[in-house]
Parts: sequence; C-alpha cells; structure tokens
Amino acid sequence: MSILVFAENWDGKFKKQTFELVSYANSLAKLLNSSVVALSIGKVEDDELKKLGNYGATKILNVSDNRLNTLDNKAFTITIAQAAIKENANIIIFPHNITGKAIASRISVRLKAGLVTGVNGLPTSTDPFTIVKKSFTSKAFANIVIKTPVKIITLFQNAFGIIESPASPVIEAFAPEINDSDIKTIVKEVNKVTGKILLTDAEIVVSGGRGMKGPENWGAIEELAKLLNGATACSRPVSDEGWRSHEEHVGQTGKIIAPNIYFACGISGAIQHLGGVSSSKYIVAINKDPEAPIFEVADYGIVGDVQKILPEIINAVKELKS
Amino acid sequence: MKILICISNVPDTTTKIKFTNNNTTFDVAGVQWIINPWDELALTRAIELKETNAGTIENITVIHVGLNTSDPTIRKALAIGADKAIRINAEAKDSYFVAAQIAEFVKKEPFDVILCGIESSDYNGFSVGGMLSELLDYPSVSALSSLEIANAEIKLKRGIDGGHEVISIVTPFVGIVQKGIAKEARIPNMRGIMMAKAKPLQVVEPVLIDNFTEFVSFEYPKPKATCKKIDPENVKELINLLHNEAKVI
Ligand SMILES: Cc1cc2nc3c(=O)[nH]c(=O)nc-3n(C[C@H](O)[C@H](O)[C@H](O)COP(=O)(O)OP(=O)(O)OC[C@H]3O[C@@H](n4cnc5c(N)ncnc54)[C@H](O)[C@@H]3O)c2cc1C
Repeated sequence: MSILVFAENWDGKFKKQTFELVSYANSLAKLLNSSVVALSIGKVEDDELKKLGNYGATKILNVSDNRLNTLDNKAFTITIAQAAIKENANIIIFPHNITGKAIASRISVRLKAGLVTGVNGLPTSTDPFTIVKKSFTSKAFANIVIKTPVKIITLFQNAFGIIESPASPVIEAFAPEINDSDIKTIVKEVNKVTGKILLTDAEIVVSGGRGMKGPENWGAIEELAKLLNGATACSRPVSDEGWRSHEEHVGQTGKIIAPNIYFACGISGAIQHLGGVSSSKYIVAINKDPEAPIFEVADYGIVGDVQKILPEIINAVKELKS
Repeated sequence: MKILICISNVPDTTTKIKFTNNNTTFDVAGVQWIINPWDELALTRAIELKETNAGTIENITVIHVGLNTSDPTIRKALAIGADKAIRINAEAKDSYFVAAQIAEFVKKEPFDVILCGIESSDYNGFSVGGMLSELLDYPSVSALSSLEIANAEIKLKRGIDGGHEVISIVTPFVGIVQKGIAKEARIPNMRGIMMAKAKPLQVVEPVLIDNFTEFVSFEYPKPKATCKKIDPENVKELINLLHNEAKVI
C-alpha cells in the first residue's frame, strides 16, 4: 500500500502547496504504516524533484510526456490512475485548487474511489475513514466517512503546514499509456504572469476594497505586498469595476485563500467576501467605519482612513526590516 | 446543438447556517433557496448564446437531482429562459450520486454541451462536473470564464494559476464554469415567469446508485477571539504585534 501525491509544479518549480501536500501525506503514512509516492507531470529538473524527499516522499515518479505539457483533464486522469494502480495506492492526495479539483473528481469515478474535497486536516479516525472538510462556504465543517477501499482527498491550502522529514527518494521515470485520441483540449494561447508570487500560494496577502476609492490609490497596497513578499487581492466590486484584474478577486465567487496574514483595506467584510478569506490565520482590518462587519472576524483592527494608515504601516514595516 | 445545465438548489448566500438532530442535519427552517450562483451564470451564458446563434442552438435544458421541494428553483430557471427542465426524483446523497443519476439520463438523451457550476455553495463538492464527464467519457474543461460558440466552433477560456488559457474543443464536452462566464445572472421578467408555467418539467425516477461517502455530522467554526483594536495614532503597534505576538512577520 502507498499514498500517492499529485506534485504539481508551476513553470518547473514546485509550489509551496506541493510541499505541504507531501508533508501531509507523510503524516498520514505514519498513521497508516504506509509510504509516500509523489507523482510529477511536466518538465521538472532532478534537483527540484529531489526536494520532495525533504518532506518525506520515498519515491518520485517523473512523467515527462510532451503531450502533458498543458492540462487535459482526461489525459491527466489516465496518467494518475495508472500510477495509483502501479503503486498500489489506497489514498490519493490532490491540492484543493483548479487543477486538483478538475482531476480528482474524474479519478474518483475511474477508480471507484470516494472523494472528499477541501479537507482541513488528518483523518479523525482511520477506520471508518473519517475526515473533516469545509462546507457551506467556510460557515461550517462536515465530518465525512469515505466508504470505498481507495480514497481521494483534496487538501485545503495552508491547512496543514510544511513539515520537514528528510528521506532519500528514488526517482523513477514513468511513462503512462495514453492515446492521442484521449487528448481533446487544444491550448491556443496562454496568458499568465510569471515570476510573481501566486495569490493562492502567498503567505501574506494585502487586499483592497471599494474603500480604496479608485485604482489610482493601489500604489500603497502594492508597495506593502512587495515589502512583505506577499500578493495583492481585492473584493468583488473592485474587480467588477475594472479597478483590478479578475485574477485578484477573492471571496465566495472568486479565489479562496488561506494566507498567514490577510490585510483587508477598505473592505466591509460582507459574508460572501469572508467565504474566501476566513481561513486566513490572522486578519488585519483597516476601515473608517468602526461598525464594519470585518472587525467581527479580524484579529487586529485599526479604525481610520486607509489613505493615511497604509503609508504608516509601510513605514513601520520598513523600520522593522532595517 | 443541445445544451444541458446541471443546477443545484442551495441556501441563499446570506443564510445563517444551523444544524439539528445533534448536528447531523442541516436545518432548512426559514431558509431561502436559490439557484447555485455559478449554475445561474452558466444558464445565463447559454441563453445569450442561443440568442446570438439562433440557428445553431436548438434547445437549453436544465437538470436537477432533488425532491419536489426544489421545484420553485427549477421554475425560476425556466423563467430565466431554459426551454425545458428535468428533475430526477431523489435526495442528493453525495456528488457521485448526483453525477451518476445525470449520466444515466444523458446516456439515453445525449447533449452536445453540458455545463456545471464549479462548486455548489452548500456542500462545496467541486466534483459533479468532473465525475459526470468521466462517467460519460467526455472531455472536461474546468474553471471556464468564457464560452464562445460561432459556426459550431467552440472557444473556451479557462483559469490557470496566475492567468488563463484559450482552448478549442469539439462537442460533446463538459464545461465546468466559474465567474466571468456571464457578466451577471439574468433576472426573470414577468413574461418569463408566465411562460415558465407552461414549459415542461419532466420528473424522472432515479436509478439505484451506491454513494461513496457519507456525511456523518457537522461542526461550527470556533468563534474568533475579539478583535484587538490598535490606536490609529500608533500604527507601529500593529507591526509590533504581528512580529512579536502573532509572529507572522
Ligand atoms: C452571490 C453573491 C456572491 C458574491 N461574491 C463575492 C465575492 O466572492 N467576493 C466579494 O468580495 N464580494 C462578493 N459579493 C459582494 C459582497 O456582498 C459585497 O458587496 C462586497 O464584498 C463588498 O465589497 P467592499 O467591501 O469592497 O465594498 P463595500 O461594502 O462598499 O465596503 C467598503 C468599505 O470601505 C470602508 N471605507 C470607505 N472609505 C474608507 C477609507 N477612506 N478608509 C477606510 N475605510 C474606508 C467603508 O467603511 C466600507 O466598510 C457577492 C455577492 C453576492 C450576492
């Protein structure tokens, strides 16, 4: 038996989330007396692959098939299912992100394996296999039993943390059997930022709402994010107005994030907004309205004008860093 | 071309969530039900496409797995502009159960484009669309923020980490949609509401399916400690607390 982890890379480098996934799998393996196999698809150098060993992976399957350079849900499903069968995996772990969710659901059917998405921690019981997931857009947690012999989960980002546990992994090339006719998605154009910290992977997120008054005031948000090595985000009306790109929209209908610190600047804290950010470890709210609902969920709050407060925060961070 | 939209019936996004029976059952008392926001956007987009491709798109059908308590939500989808509705008469047990019921129906009555919302805002499964595509052996494309159909050619935009990709695909396929697929959900007008009453809502009996998972109980999130207010005249204190108390910077 083994635990298989889908080790996703971004431009050839593993994301922080991937290391968290391997750490999680390693803790689960200890609980079940099992071992961790990581599966990487796409061009990743050996030095990078080896890093997965730092968190407890004892075997790394490396798939470099040019047909899998872009995501085709079915082709990835076939690949991962074949790896799972080969490794006799009874648990498969995915990141709870766009790719993970898209493939996990297909594999669940292919392997007749029960799936729980958005898992929050290790199982509370291994027999019956009971696990906790977020539900009702983070307004509740559900305890779910997976009844099938093979189990699949997607792990919520930053829910478990990264734990080092050095192993010396073997790297093995793995060539899945895929027919060209299995691949139906043809990518015509790719549009993405590179060299920037991904919003869903960032430890610190600085976010602005309608209280920022206009796109011309975003300089301070960007500066603070940069200083703290974080990413920028915004509330829905801000992206709807076109002040910021849709990629930055967080909330129930946007991205769901769980950084260590979420700075909410001029954001009222509507329930739909909180659905996307309430898993943040710390929320800092800056709002001129002392009654704004954001203060009900914030850990630290400043009642005041963002235009005045943000530059002062920036100065205080600079002072701390020097 | 025939389009099928899978719709879920969920509590209004502002609903206060409560559980009964020792926290094993979601308390539906007083809950307002809506079409799952992403499903509503998918339906809106399908209607827009039908309006601009009158020749190509013949029919828009919505399908729902649920009991007759969902009928008002289904009627709303018809009032917005779906031509026809199917309800599979069974309580949805988990995502696999729902996907398998819909797949059985589609195997008998095929569709060219099947759209699902990326998640349902109640159990946040993120899985019906993917499962359905695998059951039907259709390609699936997830996190769609745009769907164009022109001369039977299909162009999609899907979200990826840090951006998006433009994709072409042939029918049949399952599209799993996120925000952006339509700008805003359509609101039914008076004429739509009147017409919906006469549109077909077909009730289909379920097939026997074993669910893979079982919800056993629910928990509420731990209440947050009260917010520490920092004097706006002493902003430095915030950074001090984040550094020394929270230890996150
Ligand atoms: C189905 C549905 C889904 C939704 N999904 C999302 C979602 O995913 N994400 C999302 O964000 N929203 C979502 N919304 C919208 C949500 O309900 C709110 O309308 C939105 O979050 C409000 O954004 P805001 O906080 O930026 O703006 P506002 O609510 O207008 O708040 C602005 C805040 O800024 C403060 N402010 C103003 N000026 C200053 C100043 N100079 N200094 C300091 N503070 C100031 C004000 O006191 C106010 O609290 C959704 C709504 C629906 C119905």
